[in-house]
Amino acid sequence: MCGIVGLFLKDPALEPKLGAMLTEMLITMTDRGPDSAGIAIYGHPVHGQAKLTVQSPEPDKDFKGLADDLSALIGAPVTGDIKDTHIVLHLPADRLEEARAALAGLRPSATVMSAGEGIEIYKEVGLPKDVAARFGLGKMPGTHGIGHTRMATESAVTTAGAHPFSTGPDQCLVHNGSLSNHNSVRRVLKRAGMTFRTENDTEVAAAFLTHKMHEGANLGEAMEATLTDLDGFFTFVVGTKDGFGVVRDPIACKPAVMAETDQYVAFGSEYRAMVNLPGIDTARVWEPEPATVYFWER
Amino acid sequence: MQVFDLEAQGLRALNATLHGLSGQTNETAWEIVNPRGSHAIAVGVDAPVDITVRGSTGYYCAGMNKQATIRVKGSAGPGVAENMMSGTVIIDGDASQYAGATGRGGLLVIKGNASSRCGISMKGIDIVVHGNIGHMSAFMAQSGSLVVLGNAGEALGDSLYEARLFVRGSVKSLGADCIEKEMRPEHLLLLADLLKRGEADHLAKPGEFRRYGSARKLYTFNIDNAAAY
Repeated sequence: MCGIVGLFLKDPALEPKLGAMLTEMLITMTDRGPDSAGIAIYGHPVHGQAKLTVQSPEPDKDFKGLADDLSALIGAPVTGDIKDTHIVLHLPADRLEEARAALAGLRPSATVMSAGEGIEIYKEVGLPKDVAARFGLGKMPGTHGIGHTRMATESAVTTAGAHPFSTGPDQCLVHNGSLSNHNSVRRVLKRAGMTFRTENDTEVAAAFLTHKMHEGANLGEAMEATLTDLDGFFTFVVGTKDGFGVVRDPIACKPAVMAETDQYVAFGSEYRAMVNLPGIDTARVWEPEPATVYFWER
Repeated sequence: MQVFDLEAQGLRALNATLHGLSGQTNETAWEIVNPRGSHAIAVGVDAPVDITVRGSTGYYCAGMNKQATIRVKGSAGPGVAENMMSGTVIIDGDASQYAGATGRGGLLVIKGNASSRCGISMKGIDIVVHGNIGHMSAFMAQSGSLVVLGNAGEALGDSLYEARLFVRGSVKSLGADCIEKEMRPEHLLLLADLLKRGEADHLAKPGEFRRYGSARKLYTFNIDNAAAY
């Protein structure tokens, strides 16, 4: 199964409530995916600044002094914001790759969840309500966000196997379904220089989009390519620094409902997830067409 | 009018209450408020009652319905009126995938669009869709009629048996063994009745439709293969 929720705000007045709205949607989707939950939340980029969201199985040990250690190594100011098993490191955007490389040496057991100017990804094993509470998701402001509740099929129930997956700066992808050709696509992408952390099929889809965009495709073209190159069942919801997209495979077994008002565009695996959004009773509500790319950008 | 607040009273209480109704009941008019996209609303009703759902529903609303008239004042999730036996189900908005799947009787009316697999394996149900239907609709449909005022998606009527398909708009493609057939006077009469009962006679006329059915060329139609079953 799996549940997906997504929210792209058009009205800045809702931005302080993004986390609260998304968390409520996420928890409603618990019975579609009680194994693990995750959320990618995008804030307004601060010029020249980047964020590295890092997860560790031993946060007490790994996060202690991490910002200072990293700052010393890259010779630039770094601040850290610890949220349970994750820490968001704020640093100059032009030092992001350097910091990422340094982190691998400094804290080998830590994992980068996301990197970019706007994105933060939080994900863990457990019930969505518990995961949301651990990270304080409900209090996070933002411009758009994507959440996922997982019922594992293609790989183990682990933090790394939870969604969203991020394989490029400010990019993320969540997935409901299962891909049947992920091993062969992974081999092709590995030869093209992409690296993988898991055996998970969704990570392949995320990397596929990143690779396509790296080759020059825009997000819409990259999403279009999933329809020809990826085999299996999928509803994908994709986030970028300033955009939000949806695509379903041509058979479209995996459910999807969208709603749009003057204030937001919302996605839910089921209508249930959206019933508490403001103005939902008068929103345009529809089921996205199979094999059709939908995309919104600010 | 009996009003049932689904949010306050819960789904099991709702369906248990509706299952408790019989042909003798005086409580013939029901309104369900706060459906909030919940699953399995008014499933398995077997009494000649009128039920109105004030809002959108989730999976399997009105499944296995017998006798009742169930109206959804919103859109319906996947599997609405699945395996309906008799009665009428009317969706004011859109219906998600496999609406009316395996239905054996009764009438399903969808005033918006239906998505993929509408009427899949239908076995006697009549379905009237005011808008469009998605791909693989009426797949292996056995009997009953599917009337579509709008357009049909890919692979309409794949591997169908005796069901009658009427489409007013375009058909993206026909499925295996599905062909266009001549519209004879009896079909126009049938359509007129279905449009009237489907609250669509003010929207379309029987002469505007084309009829599709089985070419009966698949393996299953060859008498020499009867022993295989």
